[in-house]
Amino acid sequence: MLTNPTNQVTQGQFSFLPELTDEQITAQIKWALAHGWAVSIEYTDDPHPRNTYWEMFGMPMFDLKDPAGILMEINACRKTFPNHYIRVMAFNSERGVESPAMSFIVNRPANEPGFGVIRQEAEGRSIRYTVHSYATDKPEGERY
Amino acid sequence: MTDKPLSNNDNASVDLEAIYRDSQIQEVLDRLDNELVGLKPVKTRIREVAALLLVDRLRREMDLTAGTPSMHMSFTGNPGTGKTTVAMRMADILHRLGYIRQGHLIAVTRDDLVGQYIGHTAPKTREVLKKAMGGVLFIDEAYYLYKPENERDYGAESIEILLQVMENQRDDLVVILAGYKDRMDKFFQSNPGMSSRIAHHIDFPNYNPEELLQIAKLMLAESNYRMSPEAEAVFADYVVRRMAQPNFANARSIRNALDRARLRQANRLFSARSGHLTKVDLITIEAEDFLLSRIFDDATSLDAEDTSPS
Repeated sequence: MLTNPTNQVTQGQFSFLPELTDEQITAQIKWALAHGWAVSIEYTDDPHPRNTYWEMFGMPMFDLKDPAGILMEINACRKTFPNHYIRVMAFNSERGVESPAMSFIVNRPANEPGFGVIRQEAEGRSIRYTVHSYATDKPEGERY
Repeated sequence: MTDKPLSNNDNASVDLEAIYRDSQIQEVLDRLDNELVGLKPVKTRIREVAALLLVDRLRREMDLTAGTPSMHMSFTGNPGTGKTTVAMRMADILHRLGYIRQGHLIAVTRDDLVGQYIGHTAPKTREVLKKAMGGVLFIDEAYYLYKPENERDYGAESIEILLQVMENQRDDLVVILAGYKDRMDKFFQSNPGMSSRIAHHIDFPNYNPEELLQIAKLMLAESNYRMSPEAEAVFADYVVRRMAQPNFANARSIRNALDRARLRQANRLFSARSGHLTKVDLITIEAEDFLLSRIFDDATSLDAEDTSPS
């Protein structure tokens, strides 16, 4: 894709940047913990942009003081799903907000085939466009 | 092995005093001296640990690399000798010296670590470990983790995870195991891996009667009470009598005794109904508040006053 020279899925924060190192991830989590947000880890192998609800890897981590514990969990998730997308989310439970405050990808498959455009002929001469991830042609768990 | 050649900056000096002042460690050590009575060997060891970490920091500033020293500890001693209190201070000291990042203390027992069914233990233990990261994990009565009589007990699984984290994430977390001396010794005997990963074995001695009296005064002062001189004499006698009884739990028994004395004091003031009470009346614990204790009742002195265990 011309608009995405790195040819990788761009979702959440920092996804146009090179992969975050563990120190950078730690620094981001520190920021989240300093705000009192609950950090959780999620994974998926369906990179479609509308796939909002990923699988949870363990429970959201409440009452943590230090990023080391979360990094430990991230590494456990990477070990279990080395070829999945893994993201770290920070949930802000403040009244009136109650939504994710941060979300960034910390692991992605080695090879991302990308998306193709699908054109559908509709009523009259109008055409509907949608995207389709080549990875999802294979069943879940065998995609990458 | 050859020595590194001496270079010019080997004589460069670092300011021990400045680092010492910055860490405000003296303040913590002073508080330790003032607020904790007795416990000589414990205080000495804490001083040694503080000195080691301070020097380690200086060495790092001089680019003299050395592996981070292991700070896992085991506190052994009878009930009520101040193990939890010292652990809390330890977290503060290690934090001020930059050994741990957050300085909080998570106190857990077997229940918090070991699960009820297969596959429950590992997530439970990891959950606790994650919460303790950056601070101190205090495992009270750690020997309950290992139950040799039941080979299917899940405690062993928990110990395994603990050991792994204690070894691999020494920078992230300090583990303090606490418990009675004899049972801890047996626990370490059957878990040599645990014993070898713990650098500091600290034994908490029992208090003697004078120390207990001093502790009682400190406790009372904390809650704005004081003993009248006669009460003090009676209480000194009380301590000696109480120590001879079973289930004596050092400072904890003293706290219980004082709580009961407060109860009797309130009762005395209430039943007197003298109308006008001065502030002195309200803060003073009199001799009779102690004398009413069963300990002074020689007929029944055989059964322990606190029936609660430990």
